[in-house]
Amino acid sequence: MKKYVLKRVLISAVTVLVILLVLFLMLELMPGSPFNDEKLTEAQKIVINAKYGLDKPILVRFGNYIASMLSGDFGVSYTISKNTPITTLLESRLPISLRLGGQAILIGTLIGLILGIVAALKHNTIYDTITTVISVIGVSLPSYVFAMALIYFLGFQWKWFPLLYQMKSPVFSSIMPTISLCMFTIATVARFTRTEMLEVLGSDYMLLAESKGINSFHLIFRHALRNALIPIITVLAPLVVGLMTGSLVIEKLFSIPGIGSLLVSAIQSNDYNVVVALSFIYSVMYIGIMLVVDILYGVIDPRIRLAKGDEHE
Amino acid sequence: MSNVEFEFAPDDFQRVGEEKISKVDETYASQSYWRDIFSRFKKNKGAMIGIICIFLVLLMAVFGPLMTEHTFDSQIISHQNLAPRVPGLEKLGIMDGSEKMHTSKGSITQNKYLSEDATNETGLEKVYYWFGTDVLGRDIFTRTWTGTRISLYIALVAVIVDMCFGMIYGLISGYFGGKVDMILQRFSEILNGIPTLVIVTLLILIIRPGLMTITIAIAITGWIGMSRIARAQVLKLKEQEFILASKTLGAKDLFIIFREILPNIFGQLIVMSMFSIPNAIFTEAFLAFIGLGVPQPLASLGSLISDAFKSMTTHPYMIVFPVMVLAIVMLSFNLMADGLRDAFDPKMKEM
Repeated sequence: MKKYVLKRVLISAVTVLVILLVLFLMLELMPGSPFNDEKLTEAQKIVINAKYGLDKPILVRFGNYIASMLSGDFGVSYTISKNTPITTLLESRLPISLRLGGQAILIGTLIGLILGIVAALKHNTIYDTITTVISVIGVSLPSYVFAMALIYFLGFQWKWFPLLYQMKSPVFSSIMPTISLCMFTIATVARFTRTEMLEVLGSDYMLLAESKGINSFHLIFRHALRNALIPIITVLAPLVVGLMTGSLVIEKLFSIPGIGSLLVSAIQSNDYNVVVALSFIYSVMYIGIMLVVDILYGVIDPRIRLAKGDEHE
Repeated sequence: MSNVEFEFAPDDFQRVGEEKISKVDETYASQSYWRDIFSRFKKNKGAMIGIICIFLVLLMAVFGPLMTEHTFDSQIISHQNLAPRVPGLEKLGIMDGSEKMHTSKGSITQNKYLSEDATNETGLEKVYYWFGTDVLGRDIFTRTWTGTRISLYIALVAVIVDMCFGMIYGLISGYFGGKVDMILQRFSEILNGIPTLVIVTLLILIIRPGLMTITIAIAITGWIGMSRIARAQVLKLKEQEFILASKTLGAKDLFIIFREILPNIFGQLIVMSMFSIPNAIFTEAFLAFIGLGVPQPLASLGSLISDAFKSMTTHPYMIVFPVMVLAIVMLSFNLMADGLRDAFDPKMKEM
């Protein structure tokens, strides 16, 4: 087990390093500069380059770069909001995005689980069909389509919810964004729960438990669901990816001041410090979650640990 | 213990009826592997609908833009914001060129093709736009099907990347094992640790947004899932007797990989590559939506939806058709992939 965890941690660390290297090289090789104002003279450009430390040798800069990135110092924004440290920009935005993502994944998982369990218990009935339809639609349509449908009907025509995110009412105005974000989660979780539950329900130990006369509540929640839930941890990684990409669009559509919309505007205005910082944050979050998932999986299901140990020897 | 005597009365027994009589085993004609798969696939209603829809969309993507006199970038200034109007259907009262406008005084229905009084002519009486026109006076029908071409191109790229790169990567990694496997696996694990979103974002910083960027992004990350499946399948097969037999007969490594192992796992690989199609189309549609897709005046489904969203509250019809086509394409590929998976291996679990 120790060896397994150590291996996962090492790979994650190397991945972070590789990302840092790529990000750094990108900065070096990228065409265009935030200082392409024609009014700047050569002398002024040299002064600016010195101010931002762009005149030192490459290796020194890479060293500095790693140190500053890991300590959370991402530099200043060049164009979006001039000379503001990116940490300040993130301070107010990161919590909003995290909350939205958290809401979406919690609600999505809950609804998905319920749908999946109901579909498996009532296999081949109308409930099962409804769940299947929901899950196929949920993985087939991009989250922005749901968002636009909600905006048009609930927001614009019937005026139930505000069209845009409001700082005054962070919960109420985040209902529509959350719904559009969690559709993908609902679909994925429902689909997976259904398959796993069906498999567990058909197993011999369930037959044994049932013939022992255990009541159906215990049967479903204690015996079936627990085992069915183990593999669901594996879909967490794609879910997180879905949420990340989804959040870019959703935050833009509802003008939510989170990191997703910041990334979009940073790309569009060529503000590379911000893009790099956000790419780094997204990567670290993703790698962190993948690491936790891998280790959790090993802890919960010894079969995986053994199988993976064999595979990587 | 006391013995109780039982007497059976005639009505204690009942006839079981026709349906409970066990049938004589039927013998089926032997079928080849691919025939078997095909017949299972044919029985799957969803998958058949999916494949028919894909075929229709493909036809429309090829011939749709040729069916009108417009091109995707031709614009007629006087034909701005016209609602869909289809000959034939207009007599039924749907898609007759009228649209509901929401104004401050309430909503009114107006038809820009026909003038209110008979004396005036709009000059549009004989003009038909099947899907309407956009704010710049371009034909949405032509643009939608031109945009579909891009989605289908992306689908093709995804499959090619899977087949050419992911498959071979996985086969080599799984077959040779040892150090080769170690290095290849660490490499793909590290690459897999970087979110696709980040890779695309960074690519867009170096190269201009466009079809090339998206193609490269898919080429960089699209193959990892495939290589894993291929490797896992090879690991399952490579210790089996028929491989050993082939080796004993002096077969070369490449021969074993491509002639002995590949045909046995090809089914799973096809299924896997079908699953990567919706993902790739998704990525393109998403990038186009935030304005990082193909540059104007080119159209892709994502960019059409994004453009139409800006005038969604006044002209909702503009958004309907691109969304519908995108939904149909995505649904069909998903249904087809599901059907293929079930056909190839009814026991194969959801991936």
